[in-house]
Amino acid sequence: MKRSPQDTDASARKITRRGLFLGGLQVSFAAMLVGRMRYMQVEQADEYRDLAEENRVKFSLLPPARGLIYDRNGVLIAGNEQNYRIVIVREDADDPEAVLNRLRKIVWIDDAEVKRILDEMRRRSPFVPVTVADRVAWEDVAEVAVNAPALPGITAEVGLSRSYPRADDFAHVIGYVGPVSDYDLSKLEDPDPLLQIPRFQIGKSGVEAKMELDLRGSAGTREVEVNAVGREMRELDREEGRAGDNIQLTVDADLQAYVQARLAGESAAAVVMDTQTGDVLAIGSAPTFDPNKFVRGISSKDYSGLLNDKYRPLAAKPAQGTYPPGSTFKMVTALAALEEGVIEPGESIKCWGHVEVHKRRFHCWKRGGHGPVDLAKSLRESCDIYYYDIAQRVGIEKIAAMARKLGLGERHDLPLSAIAQGLIPTKAWKREQRGADWVIGDSLNAGIGQGFVLASPLQLTVMTARLATGQAISPRLVRSVNGVETPVRNDGPLQIGTSNLNAIREGMYEVVNARRGTAGRSKIVGDDLRMAGKTGTSQVRNITAAERARGVFRNEDLPWERRDHALFVCYAPHDNPRYAVTVVVEHGGGGSTAAAPIARDVMLQAFYKGKPPLEAYPANQRGTIQTRQRDIEEMLDMPHDERVKAAEGRA
Amino acid sequence: MSYLEYNVKTVPSGLRKVLYLNWSLVLLLIAVASVGFLMLFSVAGGKMDPWAMAQMKRFALGMFLMFVIAMVPIWFWRNMAGLGYLISLVLLVLVEVIGSVGMGAQRWIDLGFMRLQPSELMKITLVMMLAAYYDWLDIKKVSRPLWVLIPVILIMLPTFLVLRQPDLGTSILLVTGGGVIMFLAGVSLWYFGAVIASGVGLVASVFMSRGTEWQLLKNYQYRRIDTFLDPSSDPLGAGYHITQSKIALGSGGWTGRGFMQGTQSRLNFLPEKHTDFIFTTLAEEFGFLGGASLLTLYVLILIFCAVSAFQNKDRFSSLLILGISVTFFLFFAVNMSMVMGLAPVVGVPLPMVSYGGSAMLILLVGFGLVQSAHVHRARQK
Repeated sequence: MKRSPQDTDASARKITRRGLFLGGLQVSFAAMLVGRMRYMQVEQADEYRDLAEENRVKFSLLPPARGLIYDRNGVLIAGNEQNYRIVIVREDADDPEAVLNRLRKIVWIDDAEVKRILDEMRRRSPFVPVTVADRVAWEDVAEVAVNAPALPGITAEVGLSRSYPRADDFAHVIGYVGPVSDYDLSKLEDPDPLLQIPRFQIGKSGVEAKMELDLRGSAGTREVEVNAVGREMRELDREEGRAGDNIQLTVDADLQAYVQARLAGESAAAVVMDTQTGDVLAIGSAPTFDPNKFVRGISSKDYSGLLNDKYRPLAAKPAQGTYPPGSTFKMVTALAALEEGVIEPGESIKCWGHVEVHKRRFHCWKRGGHGPVDLAKSLRESCDIYYYDIAQRVGIEKIAAMARKLGLGERHDLPLSAIAQGLIPTKAWKREQRGADWVIGDSLNAGIGQGFVLASPLQLTVMTARLATGQAISPRLVRSVNGVETPVRNDGPLQIGTSNLNAIREGMYEVVNARRGTAGRSKIVGDDLRMAGKTGTSQVRNITAAERARGVFRNEDLPWERRDHALFVCYAPHDNPRYAVTVVVEHGGGGSTAAAPIARDVMLQAFYKGKPPLEAYPANQRGTIQTRQRDIEEMLDMPHDERVKAAEGRA
Repeated sequence: MSYLEYNVKTVPSGLRKVLYLNWSLVLLLIAVASVGFLMLFSVAGGKMDPWAMAQMKRFALGMFLMFVIAMVPIWFWRNMAGLGYLISLVLLVLVEVIGSVGMGAQRWIDLGFMRLQPSELMKITLVMMLAAYYDWLDIKKVSRPLWVLIPVILIMLPTFLVLRQPDLGTSILLVTGGGVIMFLAGVSLWYFGAVIASGVGLVASVFMSRGTEWQLLKNYQYRRIDTFLDPSSDPLGAGYHITQSKIALGSGGWTGRGFMQGTQSRLNFLPEKHTDFIFTTLAEEFGFLGGASLLTLYVLILIFCAVSAFQNKDRFSSLLILGISVTFFLFFAVNMSMVMGLAPVVGVPLPMVSYGGSAMLILLVGFGLVQSAHVHRARQK
């Protein structure tokens, strides 16, 4: 429209005025934006830079290789085997279901598993590998590789998993590993991030558990750049972890295998110890189980089979099991009495078969009695009356002190699960634990290793070694960790009179080598390898007066779990002791018949580092021995899982 | 002076007009667009496809349109203002009726060769309409209630339609852009005082209506406001955009992480990194210096427009130039506030930089009008 010049000027002035005002506002706003930008990008830059890095960089742990476990000669007992796993990547497999169906012609996958795999693939991002099959045989992996063109998205990955080439020989020593459980996490105050890895394996029992920190090693790390959906774009940094320390045990794998084979069929324990160094050369427990099954995931049927077996295969009997030591305790009582001077080795005590103390009758195992009994005879023929007498004379406190000196009632420090302390009773102990006063009958029972006294086969072996050497030697199971030798523990002389010790040793020698010795049938022939030992037959039931009047039941007539435990402790050579051996056969009957022959076989095996010559056995036994040697050789040639059946057959 | 009083001989004619274009403005636009090409090249991982090349072609088309519009005398465009406004309004109604659904909102009309977004068109035609209205209106009547009501209706009609789509960002741009022209035309400040006061009341009622039957915004719009106010409340959901955007921007530092080295954009942590959030990529890769430089280019464009407007004695031309420059300002001000976490995520692109056809074409059309006004301005003899 037509406007006057005045109007036009007024309009232009107003627009300019207001325009300038508005321009001012705009520039201020822009300045504010710059300020905000400066604040975020300069003042807060580091914070945001960290957040960006956090977004971008993901850390993952590289599990280290677990330390290996060797025997004393370098034989592998626990190793890491390559474990093939087949995985599928959804984005690479055009049609995962079809690919899986083709794969099933090569590798066995059941229907439920297929469903799980498909579910998991749907849930995860398309580039995440999903495990299809674990522990796949190498032949199958090879076939999958050959058929790769027909199986897009399928790859084989290799990982490490624990394996025990000696299978059940070392089940109770090495133990086994298993995936970390919530329970483990709550129990361990172990901040190691490795434990957060799903299914990371840690030691669950035995050396694997007790030396977990040495064996585990430390984690490596991998730094990768990921994008917004978590796909790995590239590796930024990689730091390999440190593998776990290798451990060498003192155990001799071949001797251990022999011990396990020799014990097979029984519920028994055996320990072989080097008397000079305390090295545990074999520590057998029967029956046993295959720890590999636990690593791979044991079936509930197998597991309940192990749990319900009355022979308790899962129990580590040599160190965990405690038994009344019976007559094997007599050396302790005798030494205590000798040291206190309440009896002389040559002094005789009359045995009439029983003795009356405080109107209670205590019996000798030999009904008719032994007649006059001196120290040597008391051990040789295992007279009980002699020990009832000297136990009364010396008193329980002295006996207990001697027992402790010899390594009983002490929890020896070996890396094994559940090391038993055993029990050496004292008056104070009874008052505290049983709320009753010590009575003289308790001393009598303790004197012959019955009553409250309990000891593990390991403790009895230590006792035998200490008696044999006069040195306070302690057992050692680990020879070296990562090449660093574990020191031998010997606390020096026991402070027991040499003549007293010699008197005991003489008695133990006669047990095996004298004509009337209880273990006479288990002697070793050969002048340089004479064995000294002591039998033990420990009652697990009370014999009533009525039964005694009628005649004590023979073991064979009793149900298994009421039979006596058979024990035998020994060392050899008697004049220069090198090995101490203990054998305990649960409910095996008499120590002389059930335990001593095993101990002799084991002792000879240790000496000859393999099959001993038949000449080491008395001539009249060589036929049976030869048969047994052949049986065991056959058994050792079998795969482990068949040995169990063979052992059952033999029993 | 109105154009009727022009000494037509002082206005360049024919191809000589090209010499009288505001070339500084043209160069600034090319500079800003080039920043866009660079960033689109970067977010595509160092490739011209899929964004940079397409954007360059659109820019070439837009520049061509700008020149064509600039050649046509401004009085022709003034006469077209009413028609343009009407067409835009009809098209807005049409999207209501036949519009195809995209991004959860009806915004496009599919023309076969391109998708026409009438709300974008309206940003320019509304400015033209209001400028023409105030050019026509007797200056003395500007503040009379009836003559204030008319432009208010002219603004509210398209705003209402756009809000229904719903497109909060464009609604804000229309209302603010329109209001600014009324302000420039000299409408009494009392009205603005009243509007600001009632605006505060409206915001209050928006919040108070939430959850009731008559709630004024859609739920997703409320959620956007929530996450704007507290992005950490939902770091993986709706707040994700703002949080990641701030991280990208902040991690740029003074000089940035280097061209194509921005981890936030390269690794896809940034949402919509080639469209609304492209500024964060720039800020991440070129830092504070890069971001501030772009902002400087924008402010220079505003200044050149303002100078051109103040030189121009024609009321329509001045109002048009300032209106378009304010629209341009609103684009980048809202977008930058959004990516810096100062405003809720409303979906306004960064002008001339963000990937996308309509917005750039419309802005270049707008600048074509600015150039036309500049070329055909009255000159002192």
